[in-house]
Amino acid sequence: MSEPVHRALGLTDDEAAEIESILGREPNHLELAMYAVMWSEHCSYKSSRIHLKRLPTEAPWVLVGPGENAGVIDVGDGIAAAIRIESHNHPSAIEPYQGAATGAGGILRDIFTMGARPIALMDPLRFGPLDDPRSRWIAEGVVSGISGYGNSVGVPTVGGETVFDATYTGNPLVNVLCLGLLPADRLVLGAATGEGNLAVLLGSTTGRDGIGGVSVLASAGFGDEDADAEKRPSVQVGDPFEEKRLIEACLALLDAGLVVGIQDLGGAGLTCATSETASRGHAGMDVDVAAVPRREPGMEAFEVMTSESQERMLAIVEPGSLDEVLEICDRWEVRASVVGTVTAGPDRSDGGRLRIVDPDGTLGDAGVLADIPAASLHDAAPLYDRPQRPPEGFDLDARIGPSSGEVPESNDPGADLVAMLCDTSWVWRQYDHQLFVNTVVGPGADATLLRLRDPLSGADTGRGLALTTDGNHRWCAVDPRVGTALVVAEAMANLACVGAHALALVNCLNFGNPEHPEVMWQLSEAIDGMADACEAFGIPVVGGNVSLYNESQGTDIDPSPVVGLLGMVDELVRRPPGPRLVAGGRLVVIGPPPQRELAGSRFAYDRGHRGGGLPALDFGLHAEVARTVAGLVNSGLLAGVHDVAEGGVGLALAEMAVHSGEGFSAARIDDAVDLFSEAPSRIVVCVEPEQLTTVLNVCESAGVPTTRIGVAGGDRLMVKGLVDVALEEATVAWRDRLPNALGHGTTQG
Amino acid sequence: MTFSIHVEVRLRPGIADPQGATIERALPTLGFDGVSGVSVGKSIRFEVEGTDEASVRAQVDDLCDRFLTNPVIEEAVVTIEQLEQATS
Amino acid sequence: MSVRVGVLVFPGSNCEQDVVWAVEHLGAQAELLWHGDGSVSGVDAVVVPGGFAHGDYLRPGAIARFSPVMEAVTEFARGGGPVVGICNGFQVLTEAGLLPGALQKNAGLKFLCAPAVLEVVTTRSVLTGDATVGQRLSVPVNHFEGNYTCDDRTLASLRDDDCIVLRYVDNPNGSVDDIAGICNREGNVVGLMPHPERAVDELLGSADGRVLLGSLLSAAGTSVTA
Repeated sequence: MSEPVHRALGLTDDEAAEIESILGREPNHLELAMYAVMWSEHCSYKSSRIHLKRLPTEAPWVLVGPGENAGVIDVGDGIAAAIRIESHNHPSAIEPYQGAATGAGGILRDIFTMGARPIALMDPLRFGPLDDPRSRWIAEGVVSGISGYGNSVGVPTVGGETVFDATYTGNPLVNVLCLGLLPADRLVLGAATGEGNLAVLLGSTTGRDGIGGVSVLASAGFGDEDADAEKRPSVQVGDPFEEKRLIEACLALLDAGLVVGIQDLGGAGLTCATSETASRGHAGMDVDVAAVPRREPGMEAFEVMTSESQERMLAIVEPGSLDEVLEICDRWEVRASVVGTVTAGPDRSDGGRLRIVDPDGTLGDAGVLADIPAASLHDAAPLYDRPQRPPEGFDLDARIGPSSGEVPESNDPGADLVAMLCDTSWVWRQYDHQLFVNTVVGPGADATLLRLRDPLSGADTGRGLALTTDGNHRWCAVDPRVGTALVVAEAMANLACVGAHALALVNCLNFGNPEHPEVMWQLSEAIDGMADACEAFGIPVVGGNVSLYNESQGTDIDPSPVVGLLGMVDELVRRPPGPRLVAGGRLVVIGPPPQRELAGSRFAYDRGHRGGGLPALDFGLHAEVARTVAGLVNSGLLAGVHDVAEGGVGLALAEMAVHSGEGFSAARIDDAVDLFSEAPSRIVVCVEPEQLTTVLNVCESAGVPTTRIGVAGGDRLMVKGLVDVALEEATVAWRDRLPNALGHGTTQG
Repeated sequence: MTFSIHVEVRLRPGIADPQGATIERALPTLGFDGVSGVSVGKSIRFEVEGTDEASVRAQVDDLCDRFLTNPVIEEAVVTIEQLEQATS
Repeated sequence: MSVRVGVLVFPGSNCEQDVVWAVEHLGAQAELLWHGDGSVSGVDAVVVPGGFAHGDYLRPGAIARFSPVMEAVTEFARGGGPVVGICNGFQVLTEAGLLPGALQKNAGLKFLCAPAVLEVVTTRSVLTGDATVGQRLSVPVNHFEGNYTCDDRTLASLRDDDCIVLRYVDNPNGSVDDIAGICNREGNVVGLMPHPERAVDELLGSADGRVLLGSLLSAAGTSVTA
């Protein structure tokens, strides 16, 4: 090896020096490998942590904030909700099916690690354009992977997003959110406490999958490099049946009170799980690598310690409980092996020690193979404040004031509208979205709505949990700060459409290469925008994931922060009306008059227009609009509701029409700017004539402006002077877009 | 003696094979003309200890009939090969 | 005493709690029956629920049918006890030979979770006793392997013996003769791909599954009280 080992492992010279100073000696290769995986960007968030601190994280109902396996909030009646979002972008670009499948598997483990039963998955997906064959292949594989894994593991996939855009060519964004429920008093943190307690590895055997970067440490002797590579599959394969049994076994162990702490094995595998549990428990741990069940012969200690083989958990149990633990695992046909012992806590300044041992030299050298302060793998991880600067030509002044003069005009707004319609049911009909009989509103609506039932007794609380995921790379490319605030606002509006108010937010920050100052600037600005909105709306951020180095054909992707917003419906007594029109219903826009601004809109973007200043967001008014609409939904006064977002009022109306098979006739929309502006805080509602006065009065007394724009009914989509399209034409375009591109699935052969 | 077993599970004649049909339909668009009769099945491999091939075959046939195939829609083609005798 | 419905649990089952909830919602009692236990004693009806028993590895139902509990279910069925297999449960019952035919991959080669409109074909099964012939019910389907297949002779005898219980109005998966559910000759063993337990509450979109599960409870010895 010509370059120093630490560099081959991806550690900088400074990082290597820091490791040497922590240990007070030169690290051996196993120790270096462990630091390398734990101090990677993926595990340590070394480029982003400094910025993430700016997010508001507290509220009286937050039980666990960011930094744990999942955020946990109190949702009443002794029930807590655990929520987390993660990315699996890069694995999905290489092997779409398994990348997406293992993404779902990983996030499920994060949730049941907290003692929660996973009850819902959401999948915000972003792919390259539909006319690119590889992007279609990726899209089809990712959707199949989510379907294949999620359905089989028995957790419904209740929503998400599907976006196709050139910025994601070659670098899809596969984010996955999981929601779980647990009895609030059974909250488990992954801590190893109690000297002499046992670390029990549950689930799959450990293979060479996912070892990736540290494979450079492999002993010589396998022959040439190619043969070596063959031995080390970089693609991890998910086994949903193993995961299902693991979920049931772990929850049974928790129900029986048999575990002191429990932790999933994700990135950095055993190294992460053992060191994290030990340092959380202010303890140390001795790990016997030879006791780890291995899938392949000839595995070395560093491979065992860094393998990312799927479907594994680490449980900390008292020796006296071991037999009962093994019995429950046996019932669920889950492999369980004692692989370690909790050792004394920090009686020295550097904390408990993580020691990797192989007493008999089963894998190679005998004795203690590594001996490092457990906490140093996390706490001492480097923290970088990377240089940042706005991209050339970014006009800070454009944040205030209209700027969209140069957006090209539309020759045929009706055709533009039809071109934007896209029914995503091709995607979500492949997902079981009804399991657990909680799904009141499933995928394809503004937000998902689930009945909230007690996770143990199944008793109905009479309340509902709402979920939405949202992102908008067009807005964030124009202005990451305002754009991200608008994304949070849109999520809130989506919740309002199913009658919910926001409780907590999780984020998945998908950005390009952090070594590019423009990308760091985008990331930092997006975090500020999220902080601005969350503070103004009183929404705590309870968890997040940062995915960097998303590059497409050598170019950084547009900044793509995705938020997952969890909300509550206090009294769930009726199904929300959804994005529907009823014949004769009056169409009203609830919210401020339109801002004449197209910057960042789908309409402008489709015409190659970039830049400008995004429409302004009035936080106070927005919150009032959301509150008012949620109230109207819950009191049953609306026949249809849909927020104005991508595609403006025009697309909102058109979507309501194709969803319900009813046309409309609208006026007071002056031109393409009014039709397609994505200015925030506006929600289109359809109201039966006899409810109209009540609805308008409710809005007026809340101080929320309204604009009557027309009437629903008929077989045409009509906007006076702008649009006249047959409902049938719009419906066909909407329904067939994805099947035509991705293959007609579910029709009789 | 150890026998290496290969079981090919395929759909019985006359049973619709949507996977095969889909592959066949896709081929011309990829430029592969003149391909027909595509069918999709499963391939299962394992090893069996036994005294002679006939008794092993009987055992494997039974195994296929009762477990590896669903005789309503599937049939099995079994290939048996005797492995070199181990030295131990 | 209300009716007791036993709901089987295999490793990989996932609709068992939903069936329990639906049965209790309709006023009966439910209890889970572990696949490794060889008894179904004390229950008035058995439901083999949906999910992915043993991961659906090899074939859906292929491994589950060898579970000890399936012997007890077979005996219970032979004695005239009501047995209903839903989705994966239908696959298990065909693999176990309690119902004829087999379930193949959907014609569209995709998993499909969607509402389906069913038409009641006969009321002589334990699942349709309270329904009327020709009645249309909206009940969701959720499967990859729901394409019912059988040979011509079996199909003829299913028709002749009035064993086709439910048909799809708009066939979603390629099933022969639009078959969504069938029963044995005696009518006490029923298999269907749609999920009636997902359609017992208007809040969730449809309550049309109530007449099906209600029929099962009636057949098992009582009438629906809810």
